[in-house]
Amino acid sequence: MPIEIDIAHVARLARLDLTDEELEGYKSQLGVILDHAARVQGLQGEPHAGSAHPLGLFNAFREDEARPSLDRDEVLSQAPESADGYFVAPPALEIE
Amino acid sequence: MTADAPTIVEAGRRLRSGETTAVELIEAVIDSAHRTEAQLHAYLNLDREGAREAAQAADSDLAAGRDHGPLHGIPVALKDNMCTRGLETTAGSQILAGYAPPYDATVVRRLRDGGAVIVGKTNLDEFAMGSSTENSGYGTSYNPWDISRVPGGSSGGSAAAVAAGSALAALGSDTGGSIRQPASLSGIVGLKPTYGTVSRYGLIAFASSLDQIGPLTRDVADAALLLEAIWGHDPLDATSYHGAYPDPRARLDHGVDGMRIGVVSELAGDGYEPAVEAAVAGMVERLAASGAEVVELSLPTFEIALSAYYLIAPAECSANLARFDGIRYGHRAVGDTAEALMARTRAEGFGPEVTRRILLGTYALSAGYYDAFYGQAQRVRAAIQDDFASAYRQVDALVSPTSPTVAFKAGERVDDPLAMYLSDICTIPSNLSGHPAISVPIGVDDQGLPIGFQVMAPALGEQVMFQVAAEVERQADFTARPTLIEVAS
Amino acid sequence: MTTWEPVIGIEVHVELTTSSKMFCGCAVAFGAEPNTLVCPVCLGLPGALPVTNRRAIEWITAIGLSLNCEISEHSVFHRKNYFYADLPKNYQISQFDLPVCVDGHLDIVVEGTVRRVGIERAHMEEDTGKSIHVGTGGRIHAASSTLLDFNRSGVPLVEIVSRPDMRSAREARVYAQELRSLVAELGVSDARLEEGSIRFDANVSVRPEGAGELGTKVEVKNMNSFRSLERAVAHEIERQVEVLESGGALVQETRHWDEEAGVTHSLRTKEGSSDYRYFAEPDLVPMVFEPEWVEEIRSTLPELPAQRRARYVESGLDADLAGILSDSALELRLIYEEAVSAGAPLKAAANWLTGEVMGWLRRTATDSSVIALTGGQLAELLGMIEEGTVSSSAAKDVLDGVLAGEGSPREVAAGRDLVQISDVSALESAVEEALAANPDAVASFRSGETKVVGFLVGQVMRATEGRADPKLVSEMITSRLGE
Repeated sequence: MPIEIDIAHVARLARLDLTDEELEGYKSQLGVILDHAARVQGLQGEPHAGSAHPLGLFNAFREDEARPSLDRDEVLSQAPESADGYFVAPPALEIE
Repeated sequence: MTADAPTIVEAGRRLRSGETTAVELIEAVIDSAHRTEAQLHAYLNLDREGAREAAQAADSDLAAGRDHGPLHGIPVALKDNMCTRGLETTAGSQILAGYAPPYDATVVRRLRDGGAVIVGKTNLDEFAMGSSTENSGYGTSYNPWDISRVPGGSSGGSAAAVAAGSALAALGSDTGGSIRQPASLSGIVGLKPTYGTVSRYGLIAFASSLDQIGPLTRDVADAALLLEAIWGHDPLDATSYHGAYPDPRARLDHGVDGMRIGVVSELAGDGYEPAVEAAVAGMVERLAASGAEVVELSLPTFEIALSAYYLIAPAECSANLARFDGIRYGHRAVGDTAEALMARTRAEGFGPEVTRRILLGTYALSAGYYDAFYGQAQRVRAAIQDDFASAYRQVDALVSPTSPTVAFKAGERVDDPLAMYLSDICTIPSNLSGHPAISVPIGVDDQGLPIGFQVMAPALGEQVMFQVAAEVERQADFTARPTLIEVAS
Repeated sequence: MTTWEPVIGIEVHVELTTSSKMFCGCAVAFGAEPNTLVCPVCLGLPGALPVTNRRAIEWITAIGLSLNCEISEHSVFHRKNYFYADLPKNYQISQFDLPVCVDGHLDIVVEGTVRRVGIERAHMEEDTGKSIHVGTGGRIHAASSTLLDFNRSGVPLVEIVSRPDMRSAREARVYAQELRSLVAELGVSDARLEEGSIRFDANVSVRPEGAGELGTKVEVKNMNSFRSLERAVAHEIERQVEVLESGGALVQETRHWDEEAGVTHSLRTKEGSSDYRYFAEPDLVPMVFEPEWVEEIRSTLPELPAQRRARYVESGLDADLAGILSDSALELRLIYEEAVSAGAPLKAAANWLTGEVMGWLRRTATDSSVIALTGGQLAELLGMIEEGTVSSSAAKDVLDGVLAGEGSPREVAAGRDLVQISDVSALESAVEEALAANPDAVASFRSGETKVVGFLVGQVMRATEGRADPKLVSEMITSRLGE
């Protein structure tokens, strides 16, 4: 069963600014891979969710104690643009 | 010229007997790198200065009676997806070109605390996605056994360095086989520990529920030693196991007499090179001859393991890689709005394989498709765990080839993603189950290319896994070494 | 003519005042220098991993128990995926279909009636960083750049979602205030609207009365005080009714309340609703709420409204009064407790608080959190009535004065000249004058018409500008005439 993929929508969701040519290319590659991946639908027997962690871990917490934060200069040294202690970015067009 | 660097155990003996120093060890490693890097490109960043400083400190400490343990003074290379404070960490991607983390990964801290000498950062498929290292944003690495071939991936740089002697050991990461498969293709030992036993804090995430850091070494005893040095509970990793850890070295000399070993019938046949199958079958016979009870077992869910993996891993990676947006670190493209900047940055910074997987993962999670794809893949995963559980009620360990083929030619599979993915068909099941697995070199094919033998064990079954692996190593008596072309320095 | 029924639900976000953030050890603090409370985890650096703050989980459990919720046996974090510059990982660790708390309720008292508002769920999540839009006008579309501060990124946030059980803007406001009081009383949050440590969004729709189906839902944001919440919801109801009555159709959208203009504006609608692609957070393990742990948390809770109501009834208040008092604001209840400790009679204190005091707060649109009256003062006032220093009607004026901040009851009574004259000698001359000025009345009394005493008391009251103790005057006149 050929899977119809709205590749432009997926690329938008993933914030990937791809050309139409690139999008076409990825669309057909994804189709091939998904065809193979769709084999998961052939699972026999009683499906169940399984445990979230192979060793069945749960309730992993840390105590509510404040610890030293990073040095701001070291942090901002990696920033593409910063000013007065802030990271600087272009304005957002949409509001979440 | 052959590479004949010492093992960690041997180097440690020489250090303590005074036959050598940490400085000598690192200089030999650096020299080896100088002679081979032009051909291999195993390293993205050979940190000569840092390594020499660490070696000197290791020597003074030893002289002063401060012995930090088995890794003291040992040159270890790190796959470049592990954060090293102040030292460029790229994850093999252009999107992190020039990025220097403000912190060390937990495993890095443990190595440093253990006196290890960090040689540098090795090459990898971009964000650990690949099986050949050809997806690196900085050019591929090559195989010391044949430099027209790949060393495997994604920890190809680490594997090549250890095989060539330009590190005595290395750390890699394994999400679908990325330690074991390159170890197999490069003729060394590589293992993926039980999920949760080695901290992922500071490992640049690919697929969170599958990633594990593990050792690449020259032999099985070294792998056990290095594993012990890096594993253990980490409060900074919520998925970190806080129960009792087995002693991986306790049964190294015990042999396999009386053990039950299962051969996985699904991991054979079409797509497997005859030389690989023959070598593996030969080793299975030798194990039987050494006293193991060998049975053939069918784990039917293994047929769809690859499919489940190629839904779960991309889904998780699509979210893990969302943070690379040009806002706080890394590459930033030009853009008038935040949205445009992010989308342009990511398109410019990510290579095709990464882009492919992000798109795949985003699709598998998206509205209307979640249940049929991601949801279903998780159910398959649970079924795989059930198959393993039932198998381990019958046997102590499972064995198979590590990879269906030996090292393939560079360029051979790059244009066929599915063909590339098939390299991981033997290794993926134990990532999905979280169980430990190791690859041991057992021979070469008629082209002189190494063949790897995989031993899988139940969760926290490293003791059993090493026990079988050590016997495999003894039986294989693998003494072949890669033939490297010398380059005038 | 259709009668329209408003249907309102409220979503509340509460910032917890834990010492450290939800998933890392950075301190939680208000007003620090930008980007000084950050680490690899809350900055979304490559390789960082979250670890859950135990206290935050205990506190959301406490909130849930206080709201009569069921605590899920098994609860899981999910990734909510969307891109935004102040969201460092471009996903928020939140909860999807297995939240910590489900199916609770909060009883509120609106204009004397108890209304039960259902709580659908309360879940745990992390807050985002702050964006400051720099440019002309300060409005987002006119900005030339954004400054980002991640100090707030990762602060623990509890989201409480009510069922759409409210039917008026007033109810919405009371619900919001009650929830705020509860959270403040639990000590888990500063819960200050103006600081953003508590935030309210309203979901408003209307439908013809009696209709079963819900109308188109509109989300209203940016209400920065309880008053503006009530105004915004009331306006939105009106707007929706207008649209529908003029034959138009409503759009499911998010609208932004403009306090100055008194209207809601449509925010730019994005194509389609957001696809958050939720999946279980693989970097965290599930939470299992063992009964012993939940009970331990329950035992640390302060007295909850239902228990308090019962306690009041047991102490002698009737059910209705107990209910109103128990559900009144924390500050009022504290005044009650203080007054009673200072010796005030229970019923009188409760009556005055739920009657006169609450009436005054409503009339002057004052929030109980800034009330000037203390329990001691209320006890004093009630004592003054008891001893006859002021008449009960004068006491209302005295109370007004105390609430307005004029001072203690005695000070106000003196200052406003409301002290009742209860001194016989002080009244003697007034009584004599009244009797002298009304010989016919005196004669009527002497011929058996005792009712005329009331008239004479009235005369004395007029002469003393209402300050004479009427009972005493009546006694004096009766005894004087009896001579």
